[in-house]
Amino acid sequence: MTSPLVLRDRIDSFPTDQVAGYNVRPGRTFPFGATLVPGGVNFSIFSSGAEAVSLVLFRRDEKTPVAELPFPDEYRIGGVWAMTVFGLDFEDIEYGYRVFGPAEPEPGDRYDAGQILADPYAKAMSGRNVWGVPPDWNDPYPYRSRLTFDDFDWDGDRPLRIPPEDLVIYETHVRGFTRHSSSGVSQPGTYAGLVEKIPYLRELGVNCVELMPVFEFDEFENSRINEATGEQLFNYWGYSTVGFFAPKAGYAATGRYGMQRDEFKNMVKELHRAGIQVVLDVVFNHTAEGNENGPTIHFRGLDNRTYYMLTPEGYYYNFSGTGNTFNCNNPVVRDYVHWCLRYWASEYHVDGFRFDLAAILARGLDGAPMQNPPLPEALAYDPLLRDCLLIAEAWDAGGLYQVGSFPNYFRWSEWNGKYRDTVRRFLKGDAGTAGDLATRLVGSPDLYKHRSALASVNFITCHDGFTLADLVSYNDKHNEANDEDNRDGANDNNSWNCGVEGPTDDEGVRRLRLRQMKNALLLLLVSQGIPMILSGDEVGRSQQGNNNAYNHDTPLSWFDWSLQEGNGDLLRFVSRCIEFRMAHTILRGHHHPTGDDQYGCGYPDVSWHGVNAWQPDWSETSRLVCLMRSGAAANGGTDHIYVAANAHWDDHDVELPVLPDGMRWHLFADTSAQTPADVHDPGAEPVLTNQQWTTVGARSALVLVGRFSGV
Amino acid sequence: MGFSATLSRNGRIALITLEGELDALHADDFRNRVEQAANGGQIDQLVLDMTDLTYMSSAGMRGLVFARQKMGEDIRIVLVRASDSVEQTIRLVGFHQSVVFSDEVPG
Repeated sequence: MTSPLVLRDRIDSFPTDQVAGYNVRPGRTFPFGATLVPGGVNFSIFSSGAEAVSLVLFRRDEKTPVAELPFPDEYRIGGVWAMTVFGLDFEDIEYGYRVFGPAEPEPGDRYDAGQILADPYAKAMSGRNVWGVPPDWNDPYPYRSRLTFDDFDWDGDRPLRIPPEDLVIYETHVRGFTRHSSSGVSQPGTYAGLVEKIPYLRELGVNCVELMPVFEFDEFENSRINEATGEQLFNYWGYSTVGFFAPKAGYAATGRYGMQRDEFKNMVKELHRAGIQVVLDVVFNHTAEGNENGPTIHFRGLDNRTYYMLTPEGYYYNFSGTGNTFNCNNPVVRDYVHWCLRYWASEYHVDGFRFDLAAILARGLDGAPMQNPPLPEALAYDPLLRDCLLIAEAWDAGGLYQVGSFPNYFRWSEWNGKYRDTVRRFLKGDAGTAGDLATRLVGSPDLYKHRSALASVNFITCHDGFTLADLVSYNDKHNEANDEDNRDGANDNNSWNCGVEGPTDDEGVRRLRLRQMKNALLLLLVSQGIPMILSGDEVGRSQQGNNNAYNHDTPLSWFDWSLQEGNGDLLRFVSRCIEFRMAHTILRGHHHPTGDDQYGCGYPDVSWHGVNAWQPDWSETSRLVCLMRSGAAANGGTDHIYVAANAHWDDHDVELPVLPDGMRWHLFADTSAQTPADVHDPGAEPVLTNQQWTTVGARSALVLVGRFSGV
Repeated sequence: MGFSATLSRNGRIALITLEGELDALHADDFRNRVEQAANGGQIDQLVLDMTDLTYMSSAGMRGLVFARQKMGEDIRIVLVRASDSVEQTIRLVGFHQSVVFSDEVPG
């Protein structure tokens, strides 16, 4: 039955008061932020210690406010000021707050009524609308809160919910991916540009992009000219958030029109349409407000003692290495982070989050690690985030290293730093790594035994550190271009230059480097866990030995699309490896293999081998790891995969385990072979002539698959 | 500079002629015309003549989204002589899949 009552006008859509010439009424305290309501805009803002607050309104781009509306005292309940303002021109208004602190501030208070503060809940921000356009440094209000509409036409889109075991993650930077002139896109360096490259991602075979920070940040933070080179250095990576609810406008071709939200949503929609998930790299360990000398943007002037971890004297703890530490387990801040993620999951349909320096999320208000930190727990059980990937970078700059021990609630995954370190050390030929490599290849049960193997996000390279091409071309970092005297960036890279530091014409060295890159990617893509590839590694992208290219908005950090031609064989190799992974469910399960015959196929789910079958060599000097995975195939039959990784400088003949009657070993990949014999189409692998023995080349890896003859 | 949106009909085509600056203050005028067009009898096409539209803000763009949702999927929305910047913005935010660009008012 339908109601005969039609509510034409809501009583609460009429003003009751006037402030500074504007019609207003007491607002709704929730939600925080600016919300469009019938006839007006509801502004709600929290501060635990402020004595008075004003809403400051600007016309777009104007330096002086058009109006300042003090919240009447009766508009405050608890620490929340709320006011509905009528008759605002939604498109033309920028807003902020002026906050008056107590007459006698506490240690750690940093109220400053001389500053105009941005809304921490601003859903769009202006001030850095077009990337790299120098700002007006004298603007009294540089990062401005804007009003937004939520009327994007999603066309039936929803988060994809790809089973985590099927994911292949591709970490990339929105601007760097298409900024290079070789990208050929119409809007280089933007969300729209990324959309134009979706066919490339499809062809590569990845099904999840992990975007380096896209929350509004200031590329001009700490910007300067490198006097040696004349290069303008930027905050290019963006690990320093200004607006947690606002997509970076400078990454949108339409940012100049204030339509970055629509462009971002269209990117998500188009990626989803292509079967590709979107994971955001989010930075909640610190903010762009820095230390005592940093700018006042919002939190500092609103409620410094709530939002930041402070010493008893009121100074900033610096567990993030960037000046301040976000107070993630304060109940107010916890709610803030929580609502922010809910917002991105629901409003932008994103499929997951990777948390930068997530160990900070496990620290208490005094900075000490907590056994049961409320924020990671709340996120783990959140109804809206149920299908979102939650990936922790489980360490911080304060020395808390939680790989394998991040409070996970059987829900969180982790960037597996031990996977990275072990595979690197094995590949360069370090002694004593064979046993550890074996553990990494089967999902690191030493770290995640009581959890799913999918707790392990396996990676060998990421934005932080050497690219894969540089990992096999440099022994040492070469960060001179960063203008920090090569002091920045990690020193323990576990890299090996294959005999020559940097570029070389030596064909032998070049071949070895290519082989080492293939070894790395092949092992990554047959490992249990969720693999992550650094964008550009599939075409051998170099950063000239720079392992911390955070401040270069130049070809050094951009994806050079011409590499597709020069390193096309590597690209072909990687895409076949992804296809192979997708064709074999036994490489992707939830469970760690145990060495038992769990599938009733007559073979253990994992078995270890050496020069002789069934006789692995775990000795200190062993550089050969061979394993067979056996289990159920997608078609209901049994599947057998044999992997041999030889980091030794000599070839080794290896005895192959005997397959069930009628099955024969077929060669999927052999990194010692020249293109095109290095890799074959999954399902069309050639049979091995010798079914008893095969040769694993020096510093090479091979993968075989058991199939019935003629199948 | 003002704004006007006038509605006319030609058989099963509804034509809205837009003139001037379509900004947030005038977005309601535009939406009212769209509603009139939607409620004024069966049509196959909604044609928006933008020949004399000098400016269109994001609120105007949202008016197009409103038109799409109001009309339903069976009715073609044709944008006639949209300026380069309007057309490009529509493409960048993905809305071009929901409309047709044309140089002529369909007869």
